[in-house]
Amino acid sequence: MAEIILDHVTKRYPDGALAVQDFTMDIADGEFVILVGPSGCGKSTTLNMIAGLEDISEGELRIGGQVVNNKSPKDRDIAMVFQSYALYPHMTVRQNMGFALKLAKTPQNVIDEKVEEAARILDLTQHLDRRPANLSGGQRQRVAMGRAIVRDPAAFLMDEPLSNLDAKLRVQTRTEISRLQRRLGTTTVYVTHDQTEALTLGDRVAVMRSGILQQVASPKELYDTPVNLFVAGFIGSPAMNFVGGSIEDGKLRTSLGDFTMSDQLRREVESEGTGREVIVGVRPENFEDVAFVSPSHRADGITFHATIDVLESLGSDVFVYFTRGRDQGGVASAELEELAQDAGRGDAGGSGDTIAARIDAETQIREGHDAELWVDGRSIHVFDPASGRNLSLAVRGNDGAAVIRPASPSASPSADTAAGAGGQPAATDTGSGEPVSGAGSTGSTGEAT
Amino acid sequence: MAAVTTTPRQKVGWGTANVVVIALALIPVLWMASLSFKTPAAILDPSFIPAQWTLGNYDQILSTSQFIHPLINSIGIGLIATVVAVVLASMAAYAVARLRFPGKGVLIGMALLIAIFPQIALVTPLFNIERALGLFNTWPGLIIPYIAFGLPLAIYVLSAFFREIPWELEKAAYVDGATPFQAFVRVIAPLAAPGMVTTAILVFLACWNDFLFAISFTSTISSRTAPAAMEYFSGSSQFTVPTGPISAAACVITIPIIVFVLFFQRRIVAGLTSGAVKG
Repeated sequence: MAEIILDHVTKRYPDGALAVQDFTMDIADGEFVILVGPSGCGKSTTLNMIAGLEDISEGELRIGGQVVNNKSPKDRDIAMVFQSYALYPHMTVRQNMGFALKLAKTPQNVIDEKVEEAARILDLTQHLDRRPANLSGGQRQRVAMGRAIVRDPAAFLMDEPLSNLDAKLRVQTRTEISRLQRRLGTTTVYVTHDQTEALTLGDRVAVMRSGILQQVASPKELYDTPVNLFVAGFIGSPAMNFVGGSIEDGKLRTSLGDFTMSDQLRREVESEGTGREVIVGVRPENFEDVAFVSPSHRADGITFHATIDVLESLGSDVFVYFTRGRDQGGVASAELEELAQDAGRGDAGGSGDTIAARIDAETQIREGHDAELWVDGRSIHVFDPASGRNLSLAVRGNDGAAVIRPASPSASPSADTAAGAGGQPAATDTGSGEPVSGAGSTGSTGEAT
Repeated sequence: MAAVTTTPRQKVGWGTANVVVIALALIPVLWMASLSFKTPAAILDPSFIPAQWTLGNYDQILSTSQFIHPLINSIGIGLIATVVAVVLASMAAYAVARLRFPGKGVLIGMALLIAIFPQIALVTPLFNIERALGLFNTWPGLIIPYIAFGLPLAIYVLSAFFREIPWELEKAAYVDGATPFQAFVRVIAPLAAPGMVTTAILVFLACWNDFLFAISFTSTISSRTAPAAMEYFSGSSQFTVPTGPISAAACVITIPIIVFVLFFQRRIVAGLTSGAVKG
């Protein structure tokens, strides 16, 4: 068991390409940290650098207080679970799990004992003498886990260990991994491109984009207070909705309606000096069917009419989808484009067109009909389109609540809404590490909290 | 391209083609076998089935050291050259398949160059070198050139096999605490075993069948191999061609190859890597 410290770690390939840029993060002893991001963001490279399978170009890596930059993988005392499991096909399950101990010249009776115990934990006892070719996908995955745990290493590194399992097994194995990690208390670094896995498993989640660390925070904090457009769009399913907005006469005009901005937010936007265009982000659950909003709350947001294109009922929730004209301020941002590509949508502008809203399951709204919806003004996010920075974050952090009020005159500075759903204080987790002060295009995000 | 389902006409067509090919390949072998069972007087008898069966030819070659000793030489020289070539080639092929190093392209090019170089052109220089070094008419005198000419082929075949082995297995071995050498010997090499067997068969066949070097670099039966020794068979008189004994000897040296291939056929075909990664 050990802490892992990445100190300005950079990976530069011989052709000059930067895979990981200035990555700084402290991983505490026993912590479960997730590296998440779209493919090609450098998360696996980071993991391989921790494992010692790739050289570190710049910066320092310390495991358990020791600088290990120049140590080979075998001297780092780490165990890794690979995406393909990488089981040795010519060895039985028993030999696979005992291989590391055998290389370490552990006495055979100790090896047997440890392998038996790991097999018991992972429910593999009856398969110990079979070869990997004769095991199912889930069993192979467990053997790969077993190979890691028999060694009792300083840290576990997991490279998308669930991506080869089918959906049902994945959820089941996910909870198993979580339970196992708590039981063993071993520092774990887990790489995935699946934000659901990231949010459910991690103590803390590190979001990466193009080799640059965007934000490190607890899942809750990441969800409620994303530091920039990329994190906001990446975390959450269905994703946050983005609409264009412009600032006129102290009001925030969007295709959903006009919001009144607090002075603080206006100052923040103006000090950025990037003009009056912003991107407004709203999570699906911040919408509601007006019929289900109590009159006292109605003033915290604005209402608008929309024609519902698609209605999906999941039993517990209802998702409705509607479109907003692009002429009312399209959304253009490199980060959104990347997110759209990652989600398999070629057309980046599409994310600004269709809006998803989660509303009460008892709603009477019908597909194809006009509906009146309410959007919570307290929990919307305002982003700078150029840098992607979340401008509402600084303000939110200070007064902890109602940042943006609806433009309706009846809006009273309601005190009872102070602890609104979306109004989480921004900086609660002191261990969240500074987001990287970027030389990159996303600009500096660190000061936001 | 032909349709997936075969019509009777196609079946007949393919059947005929197969029969022709097999006949072309097998008739000389069968003819040789037939000759080996004929009496010396019946050698010129044109009938395929011997009128009178005899084992005299086999008796004759197996009772003299003129054939037995070269046969032992063939087996010994072939096995040593094969083992050394496969061990060296597997290390070289691993480097070619997995490592990046300056001059890799040149190395592959050189190997190819050796493989296509006409061996006859090297006989005279090699003959002089071997005489100067005292290797002429010794086992090493044949083993060394066999290794040299076996290596390029072996490196080619083996590097193709190494490329098939998932790289993650090696990474897993490193993380499990293996040194690069341990990873190679305990993980990569066992998985490449089918490839090594295939390569070994190919190299052994080349050594076993070689006539040019065997006849050029030997002078007595102490190191002469079987194919070369057959050249020195004598008939019952000075003017008889020893067709019968030569046919019998040819049959004898064909048998080990057939056994070899039949024995390892399954291993060559079956891939060992199944189950390594998600299949």
